[in-house]
Amino acid sequence: MELGIFYALAALVLFAGTMVITVQNPVHAVLFLVLAFFGTAGLWLLLEAEFLAIALVLVYVGAVMVLFLFVVMMLDINLVPLREGFARYLPFGAAVALALASVMGFILGPRYFGLAQFPPPAPLPADHSNTTELGRLLYTYYLYPFEVAAVILLVAIIAAIALTQRARRQTKAGRPEWQVGVRRQDRVRLLSLPAEKPAKEGGA
Amino acid sequence: MIPLSHYLVLAALLFCLSVAGIFINRKNLIVLLMCIELMLLAVNINFVAFAHFHHDLAGQIFVFFILAVAAAESAIGLAILVVLFRNRRSINVDDIGVLKG
Repeated sequence: MELGIFYALAALVLFAGTMVITVQNPVHAVLFLVLAFFGTAGLWLLLEAEFLAIALVLVYVGAVMVLFLFVVMMLDINLVPLREGFARYLPFGAAVALALASVMGFILGPRYFGLAQFPPPAPLPADHSNTTELGRLLYTYYLYPFEVAAVILLVAIIAAIALTQRARRQTKAGRPEWQVGVRRQDRVRLLSLPAEKPAKEGGA
Repeated sequence: MIPLSHYLVLAALLFCLSVAGIFINRKNLIVLLMCIELMLLAVNINFVAFAHFHHDLAGQIFVFFILAVAAAESAIGLAILVVLFRNRRSINVDDIGVLKG
């Protein structure tokens, strides 16, 4: 049963990954990447990593992939020059991937990482909360890296906004260099006024 | 029960797929970024699998940090992509050689 679910999800992930690198339209590629993330979230549920599975769906599918979709749809891309060389590099890429996969499969196969070397762990009790345990670790032992991660995200926000902001200013703001360089003659005009108004003829 | 090697081989296959994707889509910057995301996903599968089989949550914490850094990376990468497209009207990798020494 569990093995069947694993094979179904693994086939889904591999199919989605293959489609990501082969489809013509980038929008379809992004949608297949979303499918791959969903399959991986299911795999992580099988591995009792519930918080990360939900975080993957929320953060990746909900934010990062939507950002990708925005950018792909916003840019008016001419796809024809981007596809050239696809057939030419296909055999080379396939050969490299096959070589890499065979070596990795040889090392990572059941010979060294099978059930004999890594027996399946005892299932966690029903009241075990993955989120509570992760939070406890994250806010005690890994507090400093956690805050560094927050700073990295802040830097990313500022960098992304600063990069994509248009040069045209949308707001009304003063020019500091003009304000510093202003001279007295530009702003102040001295008038010599008589101290008294002359009395009107026939006034009260 | 699912042996650990199943997860490792799946992650290795996914990683090889994304390496092949980088080779065959070498003109399209967006697909290159997506291949990098796939690579990180494959690495994360390995981390979560080992965390499960060792009953050690440190692997899951590491995946958490990888997710944070990958989100930052893709945000900045897409921002650079948008600026590049605004300036050069293209995202072809061949058109980005303006900084070559």
